[in-house]
Amino acid sequence: MSNESIKRTLGVALAVCVVCSVLVSTATVALKPLQEANKAKETKKNILMAAGIYHDGIDIDQAFSKVEARLVDLKTGKFIEGDATAYDVRKMAKDPKESEKIPAKLDMAHIRTKAPKAVIYMIHKDGALETLILPIYGKGLWSTMYAFMALQGDGNTVKGLSFYDHGETPGLGGEVDNPRWKALWPGKTLFDQQHNLQIRLPKQAVDNNLPESIHQVDGLGGATLTTRGIENLIRFWMGSEGYGPLLKQIHGQGV
Amino acid sequence: MSQLKAKEVLLSPIFNNNPIMLQVLGICSALAVTSKLETVVAMSAALIFVNTFSNMGVSAIRNYIPNSIRIIVQMAIIASLVIVVDQVLKAYAFGISKQLSVFVGLIITNCIVMGRAEAFAMQNPVGLSALDGIGNALGYSVLLVAVGVIRELFGSGKLMGINVLTPITEGGWYQTNGLLLLPPSAFFIIGFLIWALRSWKKDQVEHD
Repeated sequence: MSNESIKRTLGVALAVCVVCSVLVSTATVALKPLQEANKAKETKKNILMAAGIYHDGIDIDQAFSKVEARLVDLKTGKFIEGDATAYDVRKMAKDPKESEKIPAKLDMAHIRTKAPKAVIYMIHKDGALETLILPIYGKGLWSTMYAFMALQGDGNTVKGLSFYDHGETPGLGGEVDNPRWKALWPGKTLFDQQHNLQIRLPKQAVDNNLPESIHQVDGLGGATLTTRGIENLIRFWMGSEGYGPLLKQIHGQGV
Repeated sequence: MSQLKAKEVLLSPIFNNNPIMLQVLGICSALAVTSKLETVVAMSAALIFVNTFSNMGVSAIRNYIPNSIRIIVQMAIIASLVIVVDQVLKAYAFGISKQLSVFVGLIITNCIVMGRAEAFAMQNPVGLSALDGIGNALGYSVLLVAVGVIRELFGSGKLMGINVLTPITEGGWYQTNGLLLLPPSAFFIIGFLIWALRSWKKDQVEHD
């Protein structure tokens, strides 16, 4: 049989496909547990990073033992009893039975639906809330961007912002991972005295002499749409549709 | 193409017939991953693996591949190997795999891998093809390491993440050269390296 016959062509194509797919699926299935463990560790690391606790060589599991995960009802801002680690926010946000539609007008983060509850992380020191770590996400330019924002116990002052999953252009929007840009965040405040949301990421360089600079972080150069996405997703999650009710309570009573 | 010597097949791509410097293939990833030596090493190792085994795979079935679908068959083999590499990196070197991000996947489109499968492995036995794969990937690695050393050392004052020239920002004396951390600098460096190589090996100079 000649190499060029239709039968031979189909046969070779089929054989190559079968061998290759067996190879690929074996690798994927066999390595999955290790990859999942890496991912779980990475999440913990990102939470610690946002909170400013992480440094090279730290024992992640031990450091994470101080962090307490809690379920929050977004609408009331009240804590709910229950196993926070078992609640999969990403899954619930997509589940048509569980998720809530976000009115298009309010959907600044372009995520359409959200889970009714959220898992937040807290670190207490001497009985007082020291750090509050809130997961936030929303559309950037190409991708949905996932981050943790760490706030001080006042629910207003930023301790850190750390994106852990996004598909923005490396070198442009991907610079959200740049430590120098991340270092601009600590110390900024989200709200003004009247508890109005003020945080912005302006295009022009932030003038640190102006009083409003406390609410402003430099946008990313060459990544206007990513920057706009970040601003919108932060304003969405810190607003009334997101953690607004929770932050108002913390603000009011200083839990 | 009578009797190719194994040693020549393995070593000539490093300087005499370097895939990047003479054939100017695989430039895209050379620009993207060379700002740090650590990613260079991971990328080179990944390419050596993929190139060797894709050459072996293609060569092993070269007499059965119908001409009409040969490129697709080569691609399927290369793509599967790249996915395996990507999965292994994600499991055992998570940090590096995050830094390499899409570039591991882009090995699939690396012209060197395709080029060697089509130009060499389709005509030569398995053993020689494997050597050719290693040789060309080494040629790629040698250049990448050279570019990576220059960019990381003068761009951030480090090698493999360890401070060599302590930059001013960390209390030292070295003013880092930010340009070297940007992708275009790899172009300049590769240009200079090609110039140097062709001044040394005059026969590589192209005549108009």
